[in-house]
Amino acid sequence: MSSLNKISFSTTFFSYFPIVILFISVFNEIDFNYLKIQYFSFNFVHILIFFWTLKNPNHLGYISIFVAGIINDVIVGLPIGISSFCYLLICSVTAYIRNITLSPNFINDWLSFLFTVLLINSIKVIILDLIFLIEINYTSYLVNTGFTFIFYPLFFFIFNYVNKKIIVKLND
Amino acid sequence: MATGRDDFVIAFRSAFLKKKDKQKFSLLTLIFLSILVIILSSFNFKIIKIIKMGINEVVYRSSFFISIPENKIKKINTQIKEHIKIYDNYKIIETELDNLKQKELSINFLKLENNKLRKLINESIKSDEILAKVLVDKESPFLKSIVVNKGTKDKIKIGMAVTDRAYLVGKVIEVNYTNSRVLLLSDLNSKIPALLEPIGMQAVISGTGKDYAKVQYTKEEYENEIKTKEIIVYTSGLGGLFKPGLPIGKISTDNIKKVDFFSDFKQLEYVKIISFNTKGKS
Repeated sequence: MSSLNKISFSTTFFSYFPIVILFISVFNEIDFNYLKIQYFSFNFVHILIFFWTLKNPNHLGYISIFVAGIINDVIVGLPIGISSFCYLLICSVTAYIRNITLSPNFINDWLSFLFTVLLINSIKVIILDLIFLIEINYTSYLVNTGFTFIFYPLFFFIFNYVNKKIIVKLND
Repeated sequence: MATGRDDFVIAFRSAFLKKKDKQKFSLLTLIFLSILVIILSSFNFKIIKIIKMGINEVVYRSSFFISIPENKIKKINTQIKEHIKIYDNYKIIETELDNLKQKELSINFLKLENNKLRKLINESIKSDEILAKVLVDKESPFLKSIVVNKGTKDKIKIGMAVTDRAYLVGKVIEVNYTNSRVLLLSDLNSKIPALLEPIGMQAVISGTGKDYAKVQYTKEEYENEIKTKEIIVYTSGLGGLFKPGLPIGKISTDNIKKVDFFSDFKQLEYVKIISFNTKGKS
């Protein structure tokens, strides 16, 4: 009996892992700014959403992503809706990639991720700068995109490990 | 060719319009919803304001509680660093204290003289201070702001100056019922009219998105004057937004266009929100 409970708990834990991490990271703005390394920042949420909506969309719902975007905007102080829009654009790209890909491979995913992050950061900059007239630092966005791209493989392997656990647990 | 186009259309439709087993809404619906939210949030209708305030209240409070473990770790890290440097700091502070005691005497004299002169021209500055706790200080690389636990309930208004001890750190840009957002001086969108003393020159202090600000709109001869003196930057009070004389920072010795803030914006725990009014002959 106790063994059954254990399995049930770990299955639930792994199932909710992406959502829990998503909300913790938007509430805490995880980008390691406190390390005070000049220009260093990366967008963990972009990596998280890209990976999970590409590999296992059933564990990261679009509604959760939409709400996480709203929370992120409120925390950071951006006009409400911008992050949701950008996050959902990531989902659109990953949904499209999922539909056209027969045999997924890491390099293709990584390059698609670069394209996606460049696209959404460009859209974000255009909306903030041209529509809302908020002055922004283009270099910061570019550096952020670069680091987010560089960090993708690291988180890919971590998330991939968790994803395999989820699949195994659900098939048990 | 036609097959390739068909494949694209099918993949596109499937990506945007089809719902997965566990998705309650299609992607396209949510994208339209987020665009609608962006458009609505740019309007200043009363109902939208109320909804925005409600969302802000809930999210700020939640973020405060969720950030408690992270803030504890940061605090411990800072405390360890401070303990390591404690002896060196003690020596520096001892010397500084000695100098400050000497300066205090002359400052007291100047204060009295200043009050007398203000009385002569029948002018007085009255200010009220409200102490506020910093709820959220998530420094994004793009926007520099903090959220404090005082709002319309405590008569906070947009534009009020915010200080850390005596030093200006920013101004209120958004007010909710129990909390407000403060735009820090380091933000790219921050522009403060300032006075450079002792040369008595007006300037604008603009945020850079980094830990320092830059001096803008000064006279050409400014550079020659500044090289030889230590320049302190104060609020000028022009525009009537800030109380004049709030210290902001000092001009860096290695770059005369750079202002180093007196306050460390990453260490803000409590701040003062200042409202003031000037009475006098016009």
